[in-house]
Amino acid sequence: MLNKLLGIVPNASEHGLSVEHMLEICHWFMLVLFVGWGTFFLVSIYKFRKSRHPKADYHGVTNHISSHAEVSVILIEAVLLLGLAFPLWGKRVLDLPPEQGEVMRVRAIAEQYAWNFHYSGPDGKFADQSAALVNGSNPLGIVPGSPTGADDVVSKNELHLVLQKPVVIEVSSKDVIHSFSVPHMRVGQDAIPGTKVPLWFRPIRAGKYEIVCAQLCGGGHYAMRSIMVVESQAEFDAFYKELNEMQHPASPKQ
Amino acid sequence: MSKLLPFFTDKEVPYTVAARPDTGLYSAKLGIWLFLASEVMLFGGLFSAYIFLRLGAEPGYWPTGLLNVPVGTINTAVLIGSSVTVVFAWAALKMREFLKYKLYMAITILCGLFFLCVKLTYEWPAKFEHFGVFIKQSAAHKYVEFLGDNSKGDREPRWEISGHLMHAPKDSPYRQQAEHNASKHAGHGTEHGQAAHAGDDDYVIQVDAVNAKPDAEENGKPSFWPRPISEKSAVIHKEDVESASAFLPRHSTYFATYFLITGLHGLHVLGGILVFAYLWLPFKGGALLYKSNPEHLANRVEVAGLFWHFVDLVWIFVFPIFYLL
Amino acid sequence: MSTIASEATGHHGTDSAHDDHHHHELGFWQKYVFSTDHKVIGVQYGVTGLAFLFFGFMLMMVMRWQLANPGAAVPVVGGALRSLFGSVVMTDAGALTANGYNVFGAMHGTIMVFFGVVPLAVAGFGNFVVPLQIGAPDMAFPKLNMCSYWCFFVSCVVMMGSFFVPGSAAKSGWTAYPPLAGIADFESGNIWLNGQTIWLLAMVFNITASLLGSINFIVTIIQLRAPGLNWMRLPFFVWAQFVTAFLLVLAFPPLEAAGFMQLTDRVFGTSFFMPTGLVVGQQIAQSWSGGGSPVLWQHLFWFLAHPEVYVLILPAIGIVAEIVANNTRKPLYGYKAMVYAVFSLGFLSFIVWAHHMYMTGMGAKVATFFQITTVMISVPSVVLLTSLLISLWGGSIRFNVPMLFATAFLPMFGIGGLTGIPLAFNAVDLYLHDTYYVIAHFHYVVAPGTIFALFAGVYFWYPKVTGRQMSEFFGKVHFWGSLIAINGLFFPMFLQGMAGVHRRWYDGGVTYEQLIAPVIHWNKFMTASAALLALFQLAFIWNFVTSMFIGKKVGRNPWEATTLDWDTPTPPPHGNFDKPIEVFRGPYEYSVPGAASDYLPQTQRS
Ligand code: HEA
Ligand code: HEA
Ligand code: CUA
Ligand SMILES: [Cu+2]
Repeated sequence: MLNKLLGIVPNASEHGLSVEHMLEICHWFMLVLFVGWGTFFLVSIYKFRKSRHPKADYHGVTNHISSHAEVSVILIEAVLLLGLAFPLWGKRVLDLPPEQGEVMRVRAIAEQYAWNFHYSGPDGKFADQSAALVNGSNPLGIVPGSPTGADDVVSKNELHLVLQKPVVIEVSSKDVIHSFSVPHMRVGQDAIPGTKVPLWFRPIRAGKYEIVCAQLCGGGHYAMRSIMVVESQAEFDAFYKELNEMQHPASPKQ
Repeated sequence: MSKLLPFFTDKEVPYTVAARPDTGLYSAKLGIWLFLASEVMLFGGLFSAYIFLRLGAEPGYWPTGLLNVPVGTINTAVLIGSSVTVVFAWAALKMREFLKYKLYMAITILCGLFFLCVKLTYEWPAKFEHFGVFIKQSAAHKYVEFLGDNSKGDREPRWEISGHLMHAPKDSPYRQQAEHNASKHAGHGTEHGQAAHAGDDDYVIQVDAVNAKPDAEENGKPSFWPRPISEKSAVIHKEDVESASAFLPRHSTYFATYFLITGLHGLHVLGGILVFAYLWLPFKGGALLYKSNPEHLANRVEVAGLFWHFVDLVWIFVFPIFYLL
Repeated sequence: MSTIASEATGHHGTDSAHDDHHHHELGFWQKYVFSTDHKVIGVQYGVTGLAFLFFGFMLMMVMRWQLANPGAAVPVVGGALRSLFGSVVMTDAGALTANGYNVFGAMHGTIMVFFGVVPLAVAGFGNFVVPLQIGAPDMAFPKLNMCSYWCFFVSCVVMMGSFFVPGSAAKSGWTAYPPLAGIADFESGNIWLNGQTIWLLAMVFNITASLLGSINFIVTIIQLRAPGLNWMRLPFFVWAQFVTAFLLVLAFPPLEAAGFMQLTDRVFGTSFFMPTGLVVGQQIAQSWSGGGSPVLWQHLFWFLAHPEVYVLILPAIGIVAEIVANNTRKPLYGYKAMVYAVFSLGFLSFIVWAHHMYMTGMGAKVATFFQITTVMISVPSVVLLTSLLISLWGGSIRFNVPMLFATAFLPMFGIGGLTGIPLAFNAVDLYLHDTYYVIAHFHYVVAPGTIFALFAGVYFWYPKVTGRQMSEFFGKVHFWGSLIAINGLFFPMFLQGMAGVHRRWYDGGVTYEQLIAPVIHWNKFMTASAALLALFQLAFIWNFVTSMFIGKKVGRNPWEATTLDWDTPTPPPHGNFDKPIEVFRGPYEYSVPGAASDYLPQTQRS
């Protein structure tokens, strides 16, 4: 409710709700503290201004409200940490979805200033790549004729995902550091050249969402925007088929 | 506390020479300790970079046993020696034996100069005239003769062929160096012949011992004595090269850290020498101070000495991590 | 360096006339320019800092204009800026370019932090006030002190100069993350004369200056405390400066090391931060051997930059503490607790840095560690602020201008600090990272927080420095105007952040129709507020300048304060005190029951 008030964007991923939930609690916590302190603050500057209270009291507050306030802050923060933060983050990084089966594998490779999305295709395996082969027509430096690559497809600045299907996105970069961030999905991961970090989630709402580059990457950073399309299996297959025929004209294999 | 009082009556800054009773320190001494604390963090940053990069290095990209251990050992000994003599110099001042002070300080300065000379006239130049070529892993099979069989996986893979550059591709910035070396070795038949029938896109390298017998036992562990360069030479085609460079900072993260850390340490040595020289020569704030205020001079020597000990200490870390490990 | 320090404390330590290269009378130059007097140096630092704050603000005004009216020419000064900063930064029409936006952004951050607040808060107030408050005739190493300022001055000149090299100044953010910062600004073809390289060089000078300064502070505070001024009698401001100095001494060197590394990456082609197989513009970057690690830089940078943010806030809290005690006319509540808090804050600030790096994909264990420490560090802050807050209770509060700013500091820092808490949680930071929520968070702590405290300090100590008081009227105008404007400026950033609006967007987010749509209207409002804020600063500048000549003359102790800095002639002469100083009581003996006056100076034997 506070989140809504502050205008958080609607959630579209499975785990997103728990993130939202935690943010909500944080904001309540902060609000309570602020109001508490704020009232004390306002009362004292009203009550004890010179005109109303000409003689200061050397001892001031003698009871222990401060320690009470501080202790309660500590306790609540501890609860937030142990109760919510750790489990949540554990979930994000630890239990990845099953290696095989109903999971889609995509690579998001950033460059100045665009995202290349590399779909492993039905075999769930990516083509071999080599930085040496990179050029305008082969932005990912895919090794031609690599067997696992026969069914791979690549799309630029548009990532298509299947509704309800968990997706593992390996985020990496060719040149400088970018960052793969999708507010609606409550996910974010820096794209650091030389590393490949997986990130996963399950989209639960169909639609088009903006993918933000969340790390300054040069003059075009502000415009490095991509679209994530969450659609039905059928729609996705159509999209995949089209790309596949375009990118593997010789072998229209599925 | 009021025994402090007298110090605060005049407009002079107190405790520049005498120690403050309740802290037992004169200000400069405290100052140098704090400065050294910041220095610890400075070199700490560099050493952590060393660890970070070394642990992160791909197998076969962090050379070992390249440096000349005996020379390093001598330098270490000299530096430690100078750390001792500077203490003697300070003690001499405390006992008001000026000539002894001049003597020990002179020795200290000479030790420092010796250390620098070894660095600048031997150790670094020896690196510069070496040349290393990292072979693309996809092309490694063509150079088994020099890289050994990496597929066996019984040892850390080797991707680099290093030695003296005898011939470099036309566009290479190292063309000069190559021709220079070649002419120097013109006497020998072998490499010359090699260089002759090397194409314009080839590197020719008179290889180091490691590459001459790539699968030999001793390659694994760092060798105490420097191993002489072999007579074999390798012809490497430009296409197979991942990166090629003389043993300069740009060559690899190993040499980057090596030159940065030893370079920065060298600057510290130089700084120490200059300060010592100032304290040794008849400057107003230097040796002349002995007449007006010997205690003050002793303090300065002590402070400079503390700095010198630190420089020494840093080297005691540098030596093992680069020469031995 | 430090041996020079001991050299500087030669017999004529405080008297530059004897030791200086020119051996004649103490002329204008030694007196006001190359002075070794901590008061002069403090003023030099302070004014330079203020000027840079102003400049950093102006850079931001141009950016704010661009955010509100993307691509529109900057009104009035557009043409002038074009001819001043050149075509990289401004279009011929006089609008900011994308690169220009990044230049100004990076420089705004750098200048505000390293050339504005630190020089004013730490070096400025620290130099002027600390020796006075501890009853010392000067800093422990007066010449070192002078070196510090001129080293800083060099860094200023170099940093400013970088605006005028081909390709203009650094444009990779104040965080200067490689590889971007490693490959940036080479268009000019000159490896030395380009923005990023010069940024690094300037930072090296700046860091060196800070190191010299902070070593000096620590030694001064330990060695030169007046007789009877034992540790628990120190004014809280001195404690704050003491811890701050330690933060600088220990946290800055690693950044200096990192700076050297990035420098060699740029000029000698090393690969400390350059990973293998870097592909820049469709082809593999041959100029680097690779093998480096971009994340290494982030570790080294944030290892400094987190402690740095406490460097920005601690002196501010110190100033506020002084002013609150003085104007509530009662002792601080929980002075001891505050001292312990400031120490634990200092210590903890060294082990939280990676909370800026949650997105780099760290493992659960590391993340856990840094979440714990980050949450822990909020506790001492709470202790400090709560104590200040409770100190108000039972006081007899005089709302003069310094007190107004100091009072406003509390809730403002409250907002900034509290919004730091959600950021501390990795899972939540997922959503908020790099958004305007973060921008809002830290601007609430640095602008209406630190900057307000600094204003308070200026109004408070101005009489001691100049012998004249600043105008109450203009002060109040400045205060109320700034308070309203600055909230109108920064609060909407929370809303934009929650809506997923990210930082460093040249066009104010127009590209991202979907995310920006609900909140884009704020851009104009915020920029208007910023303009208003700028307007009210004129009241300050006017006040600051004119009061020197027409301000009300004051005596030794216009605020009826207890600490030693008010126990000197106004303005204090060379050597500071006109009587031997001995201390007999704690720093804030206000309204002591049974005492004649409502304040007992520390030097007063009961
Ligand atoms: C002065 C500077 C300052 C201060 C004090 C703080 C304080 C804190 N900061 Fe902040 N921070 C920055 C400056 C600062 N920060 C900057 C500059 C950045 C961005 C850098 C960049 O990326 O460019 C940043 C970014 C930043 C991040 C990274 C966000 C991201 O990039 O994703 C995080 C994450 O944990 C964080 C956390 C915190 C926390 C937990 C505190 C805690 O210490 C806060 C503790 C304080 C409180 C809990 C408030 C207590 C208040 C009261 C008791 C008073 C209440 C009174 C009334 C209501 C009257 N900060
Ligand atoms: C101490 C630090 C500090 C301070 C004080 C400020 C102050 C301000 N900042 Fe800044 N800011 C940063 C540190 C700071 N900032 C950093 C580190 C970044 C990140 C940079 C990056 O992305 O790399 C940033 C980024 C940043 C952005 C985000 C840009 C982007 O990501 O695209 C914005 C946007 O509005 C902004 C705005 C402002 C504004 C309007 C102020 C105003 O509050 C300014 C108010 C200033 C004053 C009120 C003081 C003015 C001084 C005087 C008037 C004294 C003059 C007197 C005499 C000369 C006698 N800042
Ligand atoms: Cu890519 Cu920012
Ligand atoms: Cu931080």
